[in-house]
Amino acid sequence: MSAIYILWLREVKRYFRSRVQILASLAQPLLYLLVLGFGLGNVFRLSGNGNYLQFMAPGVIAMTVLFSSMFSGIGLLWDRQFGFLKETLVAPVSRIQIMLGRTCGSATTAMLQGTLVAVVCVIAGFRPVSLAQIPLGFGFLALTAIVFAAAGTAIGSTLKDMQGFQMVMNFLVLPLFFLSGALYPLDNLPTALIALTHIDPMTYGVDGMRAALINRSHFGASLDALILLGFGAALTLVGAWRFSKIEV
Amino acid sequence: MIKVQNLSRSFGDFKAVDDISFEVGAGEIFAFLGPNGAGKTTTIRMLTTLLSPSSGTIQMDGLDPARHQNEVRRKFGIVFQDPSLDQDLTAEENMELHGVLYHVPRRIRRERTETLMRAFEVWERRASPVKTFSGGMKRRLEIARGLLHTPRILFLDEPTLGLDPQSRNQLWSHVQHLNKTEGVTVFLTTHYMDEADRVATRIAVIDHGKIVAMGSSQELKAQTETETLEAAFLKLTGTAIRDETAGSADRMRQAAAMWRRR
Repeated sequence: MSAIYILWLREVKRYFRSRVQILASLAQPLLYLLVLGFGLGNVFRLSGNGNYLQFMAPGVIAMTVLFSSMFSGIGLLWDRQFGFLKETLVAPVSRIQIMLGRTCGSATTAMLQGTLVAVVCVIAGFRPVSLAQIPLGFGFLALTAIVFAAAGTAIGSTLKDMQGFQMVMNFLVLPLFFLSGALYPLDNLPTALIALTHIDPMTYGVDGMRAALINRSHFGASLDALILLGFGAALTLVGAWRFSKIEV
Repeated sequence: MIKVQNLSRSFGDFKAVDDISFEVGAGEIFAFLGPNGAGKTTTIRMLTTLLSPSSGTIQMDGLDPARHQNEVRRKFGIVFQDPSLDQDLTAEENMELHGVLYHVPRRIRRERTETLMRAFEVWERRASPVKTFSGGMKRRLEIARGLLHTPRILFLDEPTLGLDPQSRNQLWSHVQHLNKTEGVTVFLTTHYMDEADRVATRIAVIDHGKIVAMGSSQELKAQTETETLEAAFLKLTGTAIRDETAGSADRMRQAAAMWRRR
């Protein structure tokens, strides 16, 4: 347990020390929020869907969690490169503990970053419908963070160098985001898109976040939570398996 | 303390380590010398549980690293060829993390952290992030960290690479001191023959995966009829230059260097 805790603590400490990075990573959500939120707001309202900023803010919060937990999981690559990974791998602790400590740390920092963006959303004019449902929102923040931190660890354990990292960004993280319904409602989509959105775990993170914050949901909060739990458990297992195969 | 018999390790067709046997006694400073790609690091990886042997047996203080992984890991400390500190944490936090991973009780951890950091002259800078340290200081901190859990054996894989003569000199003085006061067995590799000559009680020369000579510096010189250890080394291993193929880790290191320059 102490090994998991100290590795978790390391991730959290590193997060608070990289203030510049925290601010820089606010730029992208802000861009979506302001440019799309205000740019597409009229179209969205005229098509009878209500306030776009209200609709999109939960998606942007979930997006932040997706990006931040994936990056931090893949950060394993940097540890491999700067050698710190070896220090943990020769220590008398099991690899599963090392993997869990790292993954929990990644998930925690992603939640912190998501909370920060939620605050920014509120400043930009977003209003959650009910304060009583905020804890539920945090629940979905945590589930989404765990799913993608585990995915990041699995990918980071498998990749050998930074070229692969770009591939993951372009062919995995961005599609996960664009297919999740973070930017558009899931009703009345073409069949192919429906299929793709339904297999994207991010869809359920966004939908759950929306259920909690604006009482609007496609699948219902309990189904979202259940599916995220399933993905979380499966990806943690895959992550642990990939991590156990690392050779340094 | 270390007992190796008929140890081999192949990667595909390539025999990185080919049927080597040696013993290192308790309290010895044992140097493993050899050209690039001779099999030094592969041997260390097998001794330190990071790689399993293709054949042969290893005993570390009586235990087989393949079967008693965690017990063996508690018995040794290691300073890798490449730095392995967390650059964003402070020196003290790096020590603390190591202590927790090795289950050193809190009180002992604190005491030993201070003693070792003072001994290696990094105590004054304990609260600074490691990335602000010089190369020599980072190395000294890594050795202090490797000794924190009171290991019986300390592995040093080219610990003085890229250091100036002052830092090298100081580093070996510290290591010799710790060897005397704590009785820790030291297993080192280096490319600097003068260092091996000065600190090692016994030396093994390895080339193409095989041990070609073993003994004290005096014995090696006598055996090859040479004046210096360097001449003896060249006589034993020839003067041809060895090219190592760059692994993915090397390529990534290069990419990172470019990244930082931007």
